[in-house]
Amino acid sequence: MTITDYERVPTVSTDENQALADKFKRLWETKPGLAGFLSTVDHKEIGIRYIITAFGFLIAGGVEAAVMRWQLAWPGEHVLTPEQYDQLFSTHGMTMIFLYAGPILSGFSNYLWPLLLGARDMALPRLNALSYWIYLCAGIFLYAAFAFGFGPNDGWFNYVPLAARPYNAGPNIDFYALGMILLGISTTVGAINFIVTFLRMRAPGMSINRVPILIWGTLTASAANIFAIPAVSLAFFLLWMDRNLGTHFFDVPTGGSALLWQHLFWMFGHPWVYAIVLPAMGMVSDGLPVFCRRPLVGYTVVALATVATMVLGFGVWVHHMFATGLPTISLSFFSAASIIITVPSAVAIFAWIATIWTGRPVFTTAFMFFTSFIVLFTIGGVSGVMTGSVPVDWQLTDTYFVVAHLHYVLIGINVFPVVGATYFWFPKFTGRLMDERLGRWNFWTMFIGFNLGFFPMHISGLLGMPRRVYTYADGMGWDWLNLITTIGSYVFAVGVLLFLINVWKSYRRGAVAGDNPWDAPTLEWATTSPPPPYNFVVIPTVASRHPLWEDRLQQHEGEGSHVDAGLVLDHDREAIGTSSLDATPDIILRMPHDSYAPVILALAVTAFFAGLAFHAWWLAALGALVVGIDIIGWLWPERKLGETAEPAIHG
Amino acid sequence: MADRLPIETALPVGAIDTRASGWWAMIFVVFTEAALFAYLLFSYYYIAVQPHAPHTFPEGGLPDLKLAVPNTIVLLLSSGAVAWAQFNIEKNDKRHLVWGLGIAAVLGMIFLVVQYFEWAAKPFALASSSYSSLYFVVTGFHMAHVVVGVILLWALFAWSAMGYFNRVRYAHIHIGALYWHFVDAVWIAVFFTFYVTPYLGLRT
Repeated sequence: MTITDYERVPTVSTDENQALADKFKRLWETKPGLAGFLSTVDHKEIGIRYIITAFGFLIAGGVEAAVMRWQLAWPGEHVLTPEQYDQLFSTHGMTMIFLYAGPILSGFSNYLWPLLLGARDMALPRLNALSYWIYLCAGIFLYAAFAFGFGPNDGWFNYVPLAARPYNAGPNIDFYALGMILLGISTTVGAINFIVTFLRMRAPGMSINRVPILIWGTLTASAANIFAIPAVSLAFFLLWMDRNLGTHFFDVPTGGSALLWQHLFWMFGHPWVYAIVLPAMGMVSDGLPVFCRRPLVGYTVVALATVATMVLGFGVWVHHMFATGLPTISLSFFSAASIIITVPSAVAIFAWIATIWTGRPVFTTAFMFFTSFIVLFTIGGVSGVMTGSVPVDWQLTDTYFVVAHLHYVLIGINVFPVVGATYFWFPKFTGRLMDERLGRWNFWTMFIGFNLGFFPMHISGLLGMPRRVYTYADGMGWDWLNLITTIGSYVFAVGVLLFLINVWKSYRRGAVAGDNPWDAPTLEWATTSPPPPYNFVVIPTVASRHPLWEDRLQQHEGEGSHVDAGLVLDHDREAIGTSSLDATPDIILRMPHDSYAPVILALAVTAFFAGLAFHAWWLAALGALVVGIDIIGWLWPERKLGETAEPAIHG
Repeated sequence: MADRLPIETALPVGAIDTRASGWWAMIFVVFTEAALFAYLLFSYYYIAVQPHAPHTFPEGGLPDLKLAVPNTIVLLLSSGAVAWAQFNIEKNDKRHLVWGLGIAAVLGMIFLVVQYFEWAAKPFALASSSYSSLYFVVTGFHMAHVVVGVILLWALFAWSAMGYFNRVRYAHIHIGALYWHFVDAVWIAVFFTFYVTPYLGLRT
């Protein structure tokens, strides 16, 4: 970096500039081979890895569920022992909630955010790589324990005293606790990256009322994670201390409190539920209108509803604890809060319905997944209101009714939008369209299988079938309901399999998509499919919410958006930093090149936690030392990044 | 074309002041760390009001303030030294920048040494009771943050001595200082909880 490089007026160009494109390719492209694989900081590469890894865990969790449903298909089955069943249902919950539902949304957002925002990368690309590597390490850590028979065995919410050493002597809970703390680091750095990207990386002119709803969803979820993750990481750390170093946080005889675990867990747990659905709702808010051929109805209220849901979401955690004997005043407050939270959800639902109603729907597979999500969200929401009422909850808690509710919420509001989003954005990821004919089969198999599998659980719950039992006696009236549930879940599994087949088949031989196959309005469709490593040759300038629909909508400011001409920024890997509200350019950011620091740091942190798990203190110390050295090296001020003094006034 | 774009004036390149991405990242690191301490202190208060504690709470009676109060002042002075260092670099005074960071790091180390003696003087061990567990874990969490902060301060000290920063390019100083001020500020909350509230009546 020379002295003149410390300040300059950025030049402008059109995007029809092959010399520029070639230069950017040299600057931004990841090296081929293993070196590039380990060192890349490209958000698209990281996003795809997140998506593939998360789908891998979805399959693992699905296989676990299939084994459990086999066990429960008939009364008195002996496919699994009670101990095996305990580990399976706990691992299934851990996998789906922590290793699939959150990371899959991080994957989509990682890939899409910079494209939606008209940026060249996330604000903190190396942190992005770190977030993925730690996620992968945490997943392997937790599953390695499971493979040796040491998976969690006390349910995913892991209540004490059953999780305490005297009642659970094996190392199962220790691995779960440490693995969850490790995963929490990944989620936290990822969340920080999303927030900073939102505040600093939006294209010039993209004020906060012009960002797509997916941005609002992931931003809100990330802000929630910042405040919620420490609660669960702390809870697991204190539990690990209780189990390994003899502290007394959760054991009652020495002055601890078993309820403290539940408070800390659910202070995290309930916001997390919203964190794993709000970005998915954002996907629908952006994808659905494209197939209705009109903008989303009520953009502002949907964005506000997203934020309001999250704020209220921090004040409802006690509804998981209605049956623990808390004071009536507390139950009343949290019951009221839980029922009020339906208001912002209903706002969003009516906005989606109004968008379909007033639009000209195109019945693609993605559209069908998005609309079915509205139906499933409504069913899951209604059963949520029911359990939000204290007397009803006392009747239904710990029954299959709750299992039905949480699966309608998590599959309905996470899996269905995610599959729809895959149909929608797959052409952008790969340059090829997914097969629509196979898509119909995929959709109907999943939709029918899901409802056939999970709706009867409401009834078995109302008939009193408790959750987390490995089998049940004949003649309780639950037999045929469980058989239907098992059949439905297998049909659903076939649907997921069809989806995976479609992905594979379309990736190999799908129809070529072009830049904008759906004629969609937002910036990710302005670049090629798949996008080049630098995303955009020139940085777009944005004058409305729908930069690619301005000709027909006429809602833009001034002369409108520019996507075919704009800032160049070609002196190195560079991006434009813009002000937080109005997106006025205020700095040319230097972006880091590919680096091994993230993968080394992730391995060192994992070694630290493995050291704690095996009481191999030398390994923990070594891990900590490497972490320290890595971070100092990572943060070392670099002239190339414009972090050190200019040569002329240096010294 | 150029007249339609929002930029006519020169823009700085790289990472400066509050426009550095790292500065924003540190703000949210501080938020999440603050949340961590909020949950730690919540745990303290939650257990403090449990009716069934078998030991006195705090265990060993009212906490001794003989070391804790001066040590709190040491930590606050350290924050002052960092603020002074920031003030100096904004005037391009690189020598006093280095001094400020060095003094802050030394004060941070003094805090750690005094905390060691404070721990050693306690009549209970980690596994004695719920109070002792809370005491060592919460102050231990804080000490871990001080250790990280001291390492960062020495790194900033070295980088400053190497002449990396001037009155425009000092984002690292700004970012490190933000963390250190947080570590000191959160000590006030920890100190108030463990050393002041028992005197205000939160004891059995």
